[in-house]
Amino acid sequence: MDILRFITAGSVDDGKSTLIGRLLYDSKSILVDQLEALERQTKNKSNGEIDLALLTDGLRAEREQGITIDVAYKYFSTPNRKFIIADAPGHIQYTRNMVTGASNSELIIVLVDARQGVVEQTRRHSIIASLLRLPHVVVAINKMDLVDYSENVFSNIVIDYAAIAEKLGLKDVTYIPISALDGDNIVEASTNMPWYTGKPLLQFLEAVALTDDIDLENARFPVQYVIRPQTEALHDYRGYAGKIISGTYRKGDAVTVLPAGIETSIEKIEHNLQETEEAFAQQSVVMHLADDVDVSRGDVIVKNNSTAKVSNELEVLLCWMDTKPLLTGNKYLLQLNSNRVRAVVKAVQYKVDVNTLENITYDGAVKLNEVVKATIKTASPLAHDSYRYLRANGGAILIDETSNITVGACMIQ
Amino acid sequence: MSTYKLDYLDQLESEAIHIMREVAGQFERPALLFSGGKDSITLVHLALKAFRPGKFPFPLVHIDTGHNFPEALAFRDALAANIGETLIVRQVADTIARQQLTEQKGKFASRNALQTYTLLETIEAFEFDCCIGGARRDEEKARAKERVFSVRNEFGEWDPKQQRPELWNTYNGRIQKGENVRVFPISNWTELDVWHYIRRENIALPSIYFSHERPVLVHDDQLIALCDFIQIEASDVIETRRVRYRTVGDMTCTAAVESNAADIDAVINEIIATRISERGETRIDDRATEAAMEDRKKNGYF
Repeated sequence: MDILRFITAGSVDDGKSTLIGRLLYDSKSILVDQLEALERQTKNKSNGEIDLALLTDGLRAEREQGITIDVAYKYFSTPNRKFIIADAPGHIQYTRNMVTGASNSELIIVLVDARQGVVEQTRRHSIIASLLRLPHVVVAINKMDLVDYSENVFSNIVIDYAAIAEKLGLKDVTYIPISALDGDNIVEASTNMPWYTGKPLLQFLEAVALTDDIDLENARFPVQYVIRPQTEALHDYRGYAGKIISGTYRKGDAVTVLPAGIETSIEKIEHNLQETEEAFAQQSVVMHLADDVDVSRGDVIVKNNSTAKVSNELEVLLCWMDTKPLLTGNKYLLQLNSNRVRAVVKAVQYKVDVNTLENITYDGAVKLNEVVKATIKTASPLAHDSYRYLRANGGAILIDETSNITVGACMIQ
Repeated sequence: MSTYKLDYLDQLESEAIHIMREVAGQFERPALLFSGGKDSITLVHLALKAFRPGKFPFPLVHIDTGHNFPEALAFRDALAANIGETLIVRQVADTIARQQLTEQKGKFASRNALQTYTLLETIEAFEFDCCIGGARRDEEKARAKERVFSVRNEFGEWDPKQQRPELWNTYNGRIQKGENVRVFPISNWTELDVWHYIRRENIALPSIYFSHERPVLVHDDQLIALCDFIQIEASDVIETRRVRYRTVGDMTCTAAVESNAADIDAVINEIIATRISERGETRIDDRATEAAMEDRKKNGYF
């Protein structure tokens, strides 16, 4: 059993909440008391049917206003896989919430209303999926019941979307015709659409291969914390604690500590409080180095066969997340994994229209939810990778040093 | 090793260890809030994996309402002694006396809301800048929206509309003096994940999690342990039942479930079969209003 993290994005009336409700309901993840609470709330409203959308709206303001404001995380399991849904609002004013939800996801479900086909929102969600480099895209063409389960309607939407996918470089795209309300092609194959021969949505989510999503070639180990017991018995113990974000490490491997560039080798790896010969991506371990070198939090230990880039100037795609605008020359803290350095936004080259992916001229200020191409200079050299090739070591956040708020998400180019 | 794949429990474990080490790396004076319940016992187990052979970079802190199950308190003391880590216990009764707080009245008068005062007092007294807690997002729908690093203002208040974006696995724990961050390493675990992990790791739990006989007050279909903290009236129905606890909170606001599940396999089978959620079945305090948890969190609750 493994874990698939996916995001669903949508706005009012496109059936997103109904789809999530359906997945939770059909996988028996909604329990009786939660359903009863739902019925009670539904009674307080005008239309009679149980509103599965109420399940996902966790805050009072959301329930009162009938909107989704923030990302909610939902969980369900089947015998083979645990699923974590990042349920994000889809409207343009919540682009930052969608970027947040997408950052931890391996798959996105793009909902298309079969009656409307590909619309601005479809494009925007797909663009965000491409900016955040999500490996898998499912285009769920919903409300098929309202277009008489027409294969023709489905095929035309597939043609339209394929053009977008090609432009954006989305590789693994799967199209599924569904009716979230009635459960068609959600868990069971729909008898209303015998022309569709692919898997129903849940079966697809259970089967999508995740092994290729983790880079096992380029080993990166950001140090989080140094364990030094300083007791009599463990006087010389000095272990570097962290999580391997990509690649594999073996005892004896020649490694380099970045950004300093000090070469040494691995003396010992501990995992689960025991020594191990080899450790790999996603494991939290403790590493010991052969030489007495200076290593501290924020340093990255890489294997010598594939070293990260080290520089203090970064080209980034930046999604701005603060209500205060970004102005060039502003200083921030940039945090990449456990490394935090001072940084200045030196220049903004252009804005990216998240509805069309076209470049727009930079007009002097970057506002909330806008995406720009920018150059950032850091106070000290940073060991990083291109987000395109190594997502785990290419995504950084910007922090306003005075308010401490996270104000931007950087995808390093 | 032929494949480099992690099982889901390994992934959840590694994520939790990563989060704990971020706490150690980012904060000056963190603490781990320890209740004696299964979730915080799991946190202690994860902390051992994150920091041994070193000491924990934080003490264990228990906010004691005075209404706890004796079994849970005994377990707490034994565990802290066994792993040789510091345990700080602060009594809600002391805060009530010192701040002249008014206690709830009624049959099941609960100190649940008052623990927030003691928690904030403790945070202030020890200048804790971070409190690690065992809350999970599957517990309750307000929690489903909360960040792993959840910033609270100087009154301990959570502002759900002003949450920081939390991207990738990058956690921003920067705060102003007086603020603090609640950190939830097992945010992404479900109740069942915790139980499967406890079984796999062979983690010891207080005995009340398993089936035992106990005199209970039968009230509104809920079974409340007979204890000194609830008012008994002549008309009350008191019976001895075979029960166990699905969650461990205060004796006044945690209900038992009827159960013959005497070991962990039986408990897991029972949870798989149940159609009622953890909090819905056992917590009297969440039934009050639709937004009970959201309101308590906004006011500084865990």
